[in-house]
Amino acid sequence: MANMAQSIRMALHYAETNYELKDIFGQDVGMPLGGVFTATQGLKTTWNSTLDERGIIGMAMGIAMAGDRCVAEIQFADYIFNTIDLLKIAGNTLWCTNGQYNLPMTVMTPVGAGIRGSVYHSHSFDAWASRLAGWKVVMPSNPLDAYGLLLSCIKDPNPCMFLKPKALMRVRGEELIPGEPQDEKDLKNMIDAPIGDRSKWKAQWPKLEEYLVPFGKAKITRTGEQITVISYGRHLLLCNEVADQLKQEGYSVEVIDLRSIYPYDWQAIKASVEKTGRVLFVNEDTEVTNFAEHLSYRVTTELFYHLMAAPRVLAGKNVPGIGLHPNLEDSSVPQKHEIESLIRQICAEVP
Amino acid sequence: MASKQQFGGLDKKLLIQMYEHMVKSRVLEERLIKIYRAGESYFWIGGPGEEAWGVPLGMLGKKGQGPAYDFYHLHYRCTPTLIAMGLSMLDSVRLMMNRATDPSTGGRNFSNHYVIPKWNIAPVTSPLEVQYPIACGTAHVQKRLGKKSLTVVTGGDAGTAEGDFASSLILASRKGQELPMLITVQNNKWGISTSYEGQHGETTIADRAKAFNIRAQVINGNDPVESYLAIEESMEYIRKTGKPAFIEAHVSRLYGHSSASGANPVQNEVDPVKEFEKKLLKAEIIKPKDVKELWEKFEAEGVKAAEQARSEPVPTADSVWDHTYVGSENADWRNF
Repeated sequence: MANMAQSIRMALHYAETNYELKDIFGQDVGMPLGGVFTATQGLKTTWNSTLDERGIIGMAMGIAMAGDRCVAEIQFADYIFNTIDLLKIAGNTLWCTNGQYNLPMTVMTPVGAGIRGSVYHSHSFDAWASRLAGWKVVMPSNPLDAYGLLLSCIKDPNPCMFLKPKALMRVRGEELIPGEPQDEKDLKNMIDAPIGDRSKWKAQWPKLEEYLVPFGKAKITRTGEQITVISYGRHLLLCNEVADQLKQEGYSVEVIDLRSIYPYDWQAIKASVEKTGRVLFVNEDTEVTNFAEHLSYRVTTELFYHLMAAPRVLAGKNVPGIGLHPNLEDSSVPQKHEIESLIRQICAEVP
Repeated sequence: MASKQQFGGLDKKLLIQMYEHMVKSRVLEERLIKIYRAGESYFWIGGPGEEAWGVPLGMLGKKGQGPAYDFYHLHYRCTPTLIAMGLSMLDSVRLMMNRATDPSTGGRNFSNHYVIPKWNIAPVTSPLEVQYPIACGTAHVQKRLGKKSLTVVTGGDAGTAEGDFASSLILASRKGQELPMLITVQNNKWGISTSYEGQHGETTIADRAKAFNIRAQVINGNDPVESYLAIEESMEYIRKTGKPAFIEAHVSRLYGHSSASGANPVQNEVDPVKEFEKKLLKAEIIKPKDVKELWEKFEAEGVKAAEQARSEPVPTADSVWDHTYVGSENADWRNF
């Protein structure tokens, strides 16, 4: 099975072959490195930008304005913050021009903790991104969804933000990407750049097929009756693990992978919470004005009479940074034991 | 009678055309200010004082839609450029009076924030200088297309303090990856109320472009002949070499920054329209009678445009969700 870096690479290859994707660029995105997580190795339209995030986003907007499709990368989400007004403009260009200029651009950036990345390689961006009106925002939890969501982003005529959970870049999926060889060693030999001199290396791409994960469509990854746990990205996997663990004790936990942060799948949330009456939202962006607070608010106001317990949000602590020492990182972003403890607590709550 | 050399070799017909566009632009801007003063609009910002620069800039581009034609990333003093390209007074007034019929924004944005895709006029934004790196993107696509089209970007002197200005100089000038761009700065020596001297250490802004090996010059942007010749020559150079060129044009700001500072006429700056008019009269290229008639004609057109726009519909409250996404796809989370 492909890992997430390979699935992103394959989606980009599919798009440059089939969607007229003409530019994949950012710092160290082109060869010889092919991206700090190797997600852009071996592609024909990659190039290295200057070390200038505003230059990258501005250029992407101009390319899109001229009618070409592009994928621009900000090397780590921690460095996207100085582009926030350009992102805002990208999101409002169609609206401000009364529908006259659309920007078919995708920005991808690694997010979140989990690799001991310290203060400036651990930030999350999902809550910030959810406030960028006019953008579509997604975050995959597995390689197949990464492939399908990235293709949806590139194909879409609007600005799209593809958030890459960096701690999952080497995690393999459980489902093959359409066209992917059965043996992961074959895939590695075909599309992973060799160590050392890469000047003569060329990727041998498998015959990939289109696979789209639509915006606003969540996926139930564990079915249950007692509580709904809603997450995305890296923490979705932790939620699955906890659900499986607690199942052995008789808990029935439904886990929903939101996949698409905006637009989001309210119908999936609604149907599940109406069934379970209990809900926990989990993500690692900081907790104050977290995106999950919006979802929690909506659950409270629209599904109040279905609730058996107060909705909860488990998110990153509202501290200025993620400290390097594991004690600091682990106490800043949600951990498995916290998810487990909250599920137990919510399930024990009686109205 | 003046010799042709006095006007840089430009022919009489072209000089008159430039003059007419300059007068039209000025009369229009003064009409917009009157509309603001009459309480029929919330804010005015515009380009009186930039006519001698803006008009030739609009006349010289390869006008059309798509990357085979020139892109213009303009700032909010660009009425002269667009008048020269064919903008009607009515469409400018519709924008000023935030009518639903405003073809630029449908009543969503300020005066001079034009959007004209059919002429590759990129959306004018209020944030300063963001247009510079965005312009690099359209130029990148034009370079790939190879049709000798180019991208023009304009902005003020104060905005060059933003990092985006430096971003564009870097992106446009990388060796072997140079971009076909005419990067320009209209230096009116003001940033709202802050003077040029309070912000700049460099001798000229053009020196910054020279540091990136970009061919650069400083011109008197209050002289339409000098502007025309410099823009024409720079555009030829860009189309021929595929490399960027830079022009710093010294211009006037005749009604202050915007209505926020009163939009009152200033007395101590060169009026490029009046100066050019004097020269043309002296050279007997135009006659006093023509001058009077021209100003009156545009004045009447401005009045009529305001009357027309006044009678047109305004945006409806329920249109607020329109165009959040392409095709007005649902953007209201209440309906997800």
